[in-house]
Amino acid sequence: MTYRNPPTTPRKSATFDDYTLSEIRRAAATGIYDIRGAGAKRKLPHFDDLLFLGASISRYPLEGYRERCDTSVVLGSRHAKKPIELKIPITIAGMSFGSLSGPAKEALGRGATLSGTSTTTGDGGMTEEERGHSKQLVYQYLPSRYGMNLRDLRRADAIEVVVGQGAKPGGGGMLLGQKISDRVAEMRTLPKGIDQRSASRHPDWTGPDDLEIKILELREITDWEKPIYVKVGGARPYYDTALAVKAGADVVVVDGMQGGTAATQEVFIENVGQPTLACIRPAVQALQDLGMHRKVQLIVSGGIRNGADVAKALALGVDAVSIGTAALVALGDNDPRWEAEYNELGTTAGAYDDWHEGRDPAGITTQDPELMKRVDPVAAGRRLANYLKVMTLEAQTIARACGKNSLHNLEPEDLVALTIEAAAMAGVPLAGTNWIPGKNGF
Amino acid sequence: MPAINLSKTAASDHASRVFDLDQMSLRELNQALHNLTPGSNETAWEVLNPKGSHSVAVGVDQPVTIDVRGSVGYYCGGMNSGSAITVHGSAGPGVGENMMSGSITIKGDASQYAGATGKGGLLVIEGNASSRCGISMKGIDIVVHGNIGHMSAFMAQSGNLVVLGDAGDALGDSIYEARLFVRGKVDSLGADCIEKAMRPEHLELLQGLLDRAGVTGAKPSEFKRYGSARTLYNFNIDNADAY
Repeated sequence: MTYRNPPTTPRKSATFDDYTLSEIRRAAATGIYDIRGAGAKRKLPHFDDLLFLGASISRYPLEGYRERCDTSVVLGSRHAKKPIELKIPITIAGMSFGSLSGPAKEALGRGATLSGTSTTTGDGGMTEEERGHSKQLVYQYLPSRYGMNLRDLRRADAIEVVVGQGAKPGGGGMLLGQKISDRVAEMRTLPKGIDQRSASRHPDWTGPDDLEIKILELREITDWEKPIYVKVGGARPYYDTALAVKAGADVVVVDGMQGGTAATQEVFIENVGQPTLACIRPAVQALQDLGMHRKVQLIVSGGIRNGADVAKALALGVDAVSIGTAALVALGDNDPRWEAEYNELGTTAGAYDDWHEGRDPAGITTQDPELMKRVDPVAAGRRLANYLKVMTLEAQTIARACGKNSLHNLEPEDLVALTIEAAAMAGVPLAGTNWIPGKNGF
Repeated sequence: MPAINLSKTAASDHASRVFDLDQMSLRELNQALHNLTPGSNETAWEVLNPKGSHSVAVGVDQPVTIDVRGSVGYYCGGMNSGSAITVHGSAGPGVGENMMSGSITIKGDASQYAGATGKGGLLVIEGNASSRCGISMKGIDIVVHGNIGHMSAFMAQSGNLVVLGDAGDALGDSIYEARLFVRGKVDSLGADCIEKAMRPEHLELLQGLLDRAGVTGAKPSEFKRYGSARTLYNFNIDNADAY
């Protein structure tokens, strides 16, 4: 009998894990970086790392179903003659027609309108589907200026100057040829079928002093009626917020790295920008330092999923949150009912992110006329409204438990953190201690 | 409402509405222009003492004429829809940005980003234009009597840029379907921009543009045409250096 030494268990590298190896092989085979949709997928410090304390002997709660807990918020009261009044502090983030189908845009408008909130255009201009079904529509003013025109600017309810987004601070959008249909091409003044790369920088202004003049122009064009938001990716939230305020913004939108995109390089999504949780306190601090907290409203987006996330963001000083990815899921994105088709595309429900390819089985991130029929705008809009309602009720439940008669009365004092990282980022004590990393010399 | 100063001008038999920015605010000027309704008989406007003001006559959407007596700051005539604006002076950055239709004439020079993202209409610069002239243009026609600076017509999508003088570096970088006509020298062409044959239809188009811009003494045959090589329209790893 031959003696065989006992083998060791095959061991895969933590550094060169399966995903990493597959990406090296893919890069070697194709010679081009991986492009995908959605936001950062890596594990990041997030709202899950925070907990509410609730009421106790020293704090008393409100009755869950009887006592009022206000959810409304007014955006843009700093300069605009016609601020946006929302019933809930959850808005729908900018997503373009082009990246999304017409029925999907209509569904977002319907859902938002049913819920008393606003929706937002994207890097592809304003569609009739969206304007017609959105009571309150924010019109994005982007570097590409695709479809930008005077009539749409005047029929918008607010204007959002987009400087950057969380998935790709410093990068422009992409829309690959598969999705540049005749209609999309016409709206963007582009040849059909090209791989479109939007500019990353505005064509007619650079820097905060120019931005101030640009905002003045937009106000003059729209007779100072409409709130002007400035949206930045989560890069330097303290300075970007301060500079946006200085430039005259009514509302600052900060989008963390979990915020989605229609299509960008994977390496960009996962390696540039800061987590949403890390962006909030610096942005709030900037507003407080300028004496503008609650005067200029702060909207935060990137990985908001439920009412607890909403309540935590508001407790940290945010005025409203914005959802994109979660709204698409409510419409039907990544639904397991299409699992067989996801498998054919080499993926699985919940992981599908090749939105740029335009073959979305759920009919949302596509311009394919057959696939987009799968989105019933009325039913999908209703699902979005239901979801927004649940998020609002959840946030109210938490706020009442903390004794607050308005979601906006939640405060950092209501929170503790489960990890040192989250405690440092959120500026709240580590659970079971009174230690806030970075405060008081520690 | 502020008092309105009505006077006759030599250029017109109609009463011209004169707006003196030393006496009234920019807000009052733009609001008065926006209050115009179709068929208004206030078709001739004159703006005095602009003194470099930003956002003069932005978002006008009636077919009136506006004569600005002096130089303007940023974004004069921004998003213009149908009005005919003449600046009797020079213009700061972004003159005629995102113009929809109508015309803007600058008697002097224009700063950066002249005609940026313009969708339509005609922008005439009788002096020189600075860098990034016609950046991201989307259908506008731009005629520059003098020279233009670097990175002009960057990502230009549609429309025509005519330059009687010279063009700076990286003309037409990442250009889409806009047409560029330059009479003088071009310091360098940007990525994916090449010289193209001047065919009869281009000579005809160019003559029309020169006529509309009131250019005399320049023949279409003296120009060269530049446009997209279309090699960057779809990703190709062998073009990676150009992206």
